[in-house]
Amino acid sequence: MDGEPMEYFIQQTVNGITLGSIYGMIAIGYTMVYGIIGMINFAHGDIFMLGAFAALITFLVLTGLVAGFPVVAALIVMMAVAILMASLWNWTIERIAYRPLRGSFRLAPLITAIGMSIVLSNFIQVTQGPRNKPIPQLVSEVYDVFGISISLKQILIVIITVVMMTAFWYLVNRTSLGRAQRATEQDRKMAALLGVDVDRTISITFIMGAALAAVAGTMYLMYYGVAVFTDGFTPGVKAFTAAVLGGIGSLPGALLGGLLIGLIESLWSAYFSIDYKDVATFSILAIVLIFKPSGILGRPEIEKV
Amino acid sequence: MTVQSTNPASKQESLVARGLREAFFAGLISLGMFSLYVGLKTDQNMLNELVLVPRWGMLAIFVVLAMIGRFLMIVAVQPWLAARKSARASAAHGQAEVPGFVARNLTVLAVIALVLFPPLVVGLFGMQGSLKWIDNFGIQILIYVMLAWGLNIVVGLAGLLDLGYVAFYAVGAYSYALLSSYFGLSFWLLLPISGILAAFWGMVLGFPVLRLRGDYLAVVTLAFGEIIRLVLINWVEVTKGTFGISGIAKASIFGIWSFDVSAPNNFAKAFDLPMSSAYYKIFLFYVILALCALTAYVSVRLRSMPIGRAWEALREDEIACRSLGINTVTTKLTAFATGAMFGGFAGAFFGARQGFVSPESFVFLESAVILAIVVLGGMGSLVGIAIAAVVMVGGTELLRELTFLKAVFGPDFTPELYRMLIFGLAMVIVMVLKPRGFVGSRQPTAFLHERKAVSGSFTKEGHG
Repeated sequence: MDGEPMEYFIQQTVNGITLGSIYGMIAIGYTMVYGIIGMINFAHGDIFMLGAFAALITFLVLTGLVAGFPVVAALIVMMAVAILMASLWNWTIERIAYRPLRGSFRLAPLITAIGMSIVLSNFIQVTQGPRNKPIPQLVSEVYDVFGISISLKQILIVIITVVMMTAFWYLVNRTSLGRAQRATEQDRKMAALLGVDVDRTISITFIMGAALAAVAGTMYLMYYGVAVFTDGFTPGVKAFTAAVLGGIGSLPGALLGGLLIGLIESLWSAYFSIDYKDVATFSILAIVLIFKPSGILGRPEIEKV
Repeated sequence: MTVQSTNPASKQESLVARGLREAFFAGLISLGMFSLYVGLKTDQNMLNELVLVPRWGMLAIFVVLAMIGRFLMIVAVQPWLAARKSARASAAHGQAEVPGFVARNLTVLAVIALVLFPPLVVGLFGMQGSLKWIDNFGIQILIYVMLAWGLNIVVGLAGLLDLGYVAFYAVGAYSYALLSSYFGLSFWLLLPISGILAAFWGMVLGFPVLRLRGDYLAVVTLAFGEIIRLVLINWVEVTKGTFGISGIAKASIFGIWSFDVSAPNNFAKAFDLPMSSAYYKIFLFYVILALCALTAYVSVRLRSMPIGRAWEALREDEIACRSLGINTVTTKLTAFATGAMFGGFAGAFFGARQGFVSPESFVFLESAVILAIVVLGGMGSLVGIAIAAVVMVGGTELLRELTFLKAVFGPDFTPELYRMLIFGLAMVIVMVLKPRGFVGSRQPTAFLHERKAVSGSFTKEGHG
């Protein structure tokens, strides 16, 4: 441990916030889908992984075409392609695997989602190979702020998260699309009776969730510089945990949960043991849920008899 | 989905036209979906840099397959499904079906077939040839049957969604592995101990989740499963971490005969038989068969006992349950503990069978597979779950055998790689076609006047 204890703490906090932003963006997808159709979309983590791979392949195409492609432009194109790919996949998956089971019993779509998760990760394993895929560092600048080193990558991730969240908040709270989404979430049948195209709204929800996951995937690739077909699982479970911790169905809760998980992870690794960081995360989740059974920002479920 | 036109001739025509149109869109979408992932492959070159290898031919095959699939779906499958549905709806008002001989005596026939399975296979393939069938198919499927029946108590009967069931399997396996290697205890002593320890961990999990419902419960159980696995990986002093524990003692026939080659009371030596590893496998087959029978017997008997009825009442409506004076705390805890106990038994058996346990065997995917078997079998139906286990586990084991595909796709083709891909696809397809599982009806435990099978649609589940 070098440097002042305070600076070390702040340094780890910065790292945690970066990681937490990525988790938060993935968690939004879980929480939105859960809110609108009440299912755990297990394949969401793998959509995130698909996004990272789309960004990776796009990066290789760009560098293959033009040597010395400007980094900012490359990042934007990578993100755009990743969003397109992930949205297309998530839309298709919703159509073929979840929509036929809507109105069926609750566990049926959960099982198809787990099946889809297995399909997606194995699909990438088969088509892209099982090895780690490293890319050269895209953004390498590191700034020294009062003894704390903050990399440009981290700043970018936080800025993009804030921008995406603002856009998202606007979309959900201020547009007619968002209104349709909230209406469908509250009462699907009533929304349909009032002229909301429920199927379309649900499809768009999946697309929006996938878009955020793809952005998170691109950020993840940029941050760690490597992608592998199993990447969907651990971040996926962490993000799902974040969504539940924040209160599933609540958008600010998902981001808060993501940040908390990121902070717990990096601070635990810094002060206790890196091996048990996931154990700490999951234990804190269990403890929080014992005292607040519907998460931090979740509304308590009101039972009507 | 429905075709509006009434004229049969024009309907046929429009169906083809619609099929072609849909196929075109399917082609476009799949072109978009697969363009990056199939059309381009990332490979490492000599400098360890990633390079792209185009595979446009493969991409074309994927797109054409998607188009053909969509076309057949519209033109053939959907009309057939609609016709079958309407035929069934009109036939539903007929007389009640009288079950045939096989349906009536299914349990007895299945038990007889399973008992006769090892001698039959040995007769057909010889001692060494039978190994594959008894071990890879027989024992493997029966382990999953047992695990799924154990999980069924938690999910199917009590309606508590458990995504971390594999944790109890791990507890059982490690209990056997550790206690037998550190203290030299025997399998038959450790089998109940493993079950009890797993049941204890079931209670430990049960306490914090008592107040949670539905999906909150699901995520905590998932987290619990991950915690157990991570502790097994990181607690290296005891569990040897990712290396796992090897050289676990084999089970013996109640201490009378042993299967250790060096032991004086070796089974083959005692009976002057030629040495073979098949005896142990055959013995294990009967052990797991007996364990499965125990699980089934206990599940069936518990269902008609007050505790089983309390579980089912809890699944249907927790509030009503509580207002009728059922103690939901003990009801939930017993469900977790009972389910976990069978997981522990299966785990101890797994340790004895493999002779090696490592955290690799207890990943979330295993929990997902077990849960999938329970749901695909039609929650709560023991027969359905057994069928699902045979189809899903046996099917994926069969995929290992598809070596002839190498002749079709060239020597580089490894069917192994496609095993989980096909498994996942099968999960999705079976669920979409049969959302209620293979056996979609229930025999109620409590009834008025006469017992009538009800559709699975009338029972709730996963309503923690």
